[in-house]
Amino acid sequence: MTPVERPLSPHLQIYKPQLTSVLSFSHRATGVALAVGSLFLVWWLVAAVSGGGAFDAAQAFWGSWLGILMLFGWTFSLFFHLCNGIRHLAWDAGYGFELKEAYASGWAVVAASGVLTVIAWIWAVAS
Amino acid sequence: MSDETGMRTPLGRAIGLGSAKEGVQHWWAQRLTAVAMVPLALWFCAGLIAHAGADRAALFQWLGSPVRAILMMLLLGTGFHHMALGLQVVIEDYVHVEWAKVGLLVLNRFVAYGLAVAGIFAVMRIALGA
Repeated sequence: MTPVERPLSPHLQIYKPQLTSVLSFSHRATGVALAVGSLFLVWWLVAAVSGGGAFDAAQAFWGSWLGILMLFGWTFSLFFHLCNGIRHLAWDAGYGFELKEAYASGWAVVAASGVLTVIAWIWAVAS
Repeated sequence: MSDETGMRTPLGRAIGLGSAKEGVQHWWAQRLTAVAMVPLALWFCAGLIAHAGADRAALFQWLGSPVRAILMMLLLGTGFHHMALGLQVVIEDYVHVEWAKVGLLVLNRFVAYGLAVAGIFAVMRIALGA
């Protein structure tokens, strides 16, 4: 059976990075980051029911610089994936496809995820 | 069923069944879980932030409420389903060696649902009093 010659889309290196493509890739990257974060969420919950020692170890990790760095990355990933996900849902409903609208919503997502991350951390430090 | 583009495989043409009629299933489930995750993720974030640095007793008290325990279990179930659907697409896009792709797709579902059940079990332990 001879393979069918299907058309290929141009390879990624051909394109100059644009806001739209960078946000598209970031959506996937933050999704994968959140998947890794979910492992730690389950570890934390299971540690809580496993007893005081396991939970203390988990809490000590979250208090370390690596733990805080991961929490910070996770917070930003969550807000970005959330905001850009809502942008995707609007597209799915048929809104915002004009180039100007796509750029405006893109910058809105960048701003909103940044602001939400800062608010979350100010709140966390204050509480 | 016309085939003017010539992009269908000879096997597909010979069998002539057309599409499997399940093409939108994955797409729809991804959106459905996404919509559910919007309020659940915001609620979860707010809860975590409000309890930053809290001890084990505070966590038990927080998840001890039936409503919060239910929301947490919904978050785990919906979130891990959403994760499995998303990682599935990533695997399908980048892994082109058939056995590795199939292996990772199986592993993806096993790990996702295993984690969901482990998380839900922990929440139930907390909510129902360990």
